[in-house]
Amino acid sequence: MLDLRLYVLQRISALVMVPFVLVHLGVIIVSAQGGLSATEILSRTQGSAMWFLFYSGFVVAVSIHAAIGVRVIAHEWSGLRGGALLLLTWTTGACLLGLGGWAVLAVTLGPS
Amino acid sequence: MPSITRTFTTTVRRGRPDGHFNETFEVPARESQTVLDVVSWIQQNIDPTLSYRFSCRVGMCGSCAMMVNGMPRWTCRTQVKKVLRNDRLEVAPLRNLPVIKDLAVDMDPFFEKWIEAEGFHHPSRSREDPIEPVSPENPGRVVADAGIECINCSVCYAACDTVTGNRDFLGPAALQRAWTLLNDVRDAARPSILEAVSRSGGCHNCHSIASCTASCPIGLDPMAAIAGLKRETALSCFRKSG
Ligand code: SF4
Ligand code: SF4
Ligand code: FES
Repeated sequence: MLDLRLYVLQRISALVMVPFVLVHLGVIIVSAQGGLSATEILSRTQGSAMWFLFYSGFVVAVSIHAAIGVRVIAHEWSGLRGGALLLLTWTTGACLLGLGGWAVLAVTLGPS
Repeated sequence: MPSITRTFTTTVRRGRPDGHFNETFEVPARESQTVLDVVSWIQQNIDPTLSYRFSCRVGMCGSCAMMVNGMPRWTCRTQVKKVLRNDRLEVAPLRNLPVIKDLAVDMDPFFEKWIEAEGFHHPSRSREDPIEPVSPENPGRVVADAGIECINCSVCYAACDTVTGNRDFLGPAALQRAWTLLNDVRDAARPSILEAVSRSGGCHNCHSIASCTASCPIGLDPMAAIAGLKRETALSCFRKSG
């Protein structure tokens, strides 16, 4: 259930995620030194274009990667195929994109 | 006084496509006995209706493959004493293929996938042309030679969990053949091979778990061949878009 196009998309999204994950973990470790409150976090993320771009990219890569991965597992474990499999792939991708995008917007745009 | 013969218990999975059952036989142990000897002994001494397939009995034809204690093997080259577990042996038809009767499976889906993977020679010259000399040192030839000894026994196909989960997956043997042809300087269908192995049942479904490589009785490495196909198809994809 993986043709060349999906395979390449999944490998590229994995490659893109490597620096994202490393920077993400690094930032957590460094910024959490000495304790960190929610207000402090929001004061850094709100209005930060860098932060917005970084995590938007991360969310896009995760959505593509996970949607294709879930597609493979669903097909091999449940035999799902055709339109139902396509629907599951797109729904998984769209949900992750929606939830992730919502979270990124929520912490960047600030209190409305 | 009759000599006491040591025996062991053999369970054979029998049946037809609509259902199967296990039958147990006590088989006398013999020196250097193979699993194929056991199956033949049962058929010749207890139940002549037991169906199974073999031909050469020396590991040349690949027709005697069955599941032996859960692992796909050439039964003619598998010594009983090496696989016996607590004096028990379990023989079943090859996994991932439809059963015809008892231990004989229908190999059609396996061979149909060879064709689907373009696993046949596409001539670059006609019979009127002179024979093209190919040096054994030619790098493509060296890669092709690594997989050329495959005898289509389907042991690797039976070992592959991806084939079990994804019935469209072409499987290790067909893909390995596609890889040898891709590297064969005499084969004229490189684009069609790359296209055939890039479809939704193609090489990109392989999870590189290597059950195929671990089980091949002649030590071939279909997983490495599939890795080669993944690399070549991905490169050709970038070449096309670049
Ligand atoms: S690669 Fe090995 S196990 Fe697979 S069909 Fe060929 S000879 Fe048999
Ligand atoms: S390496 Fe690929 S082809 Fe070989 S057994 Fe695993 S999934 Fe199947
Ligand atoms: S009978 Fe020919 S390989 Fe076993």
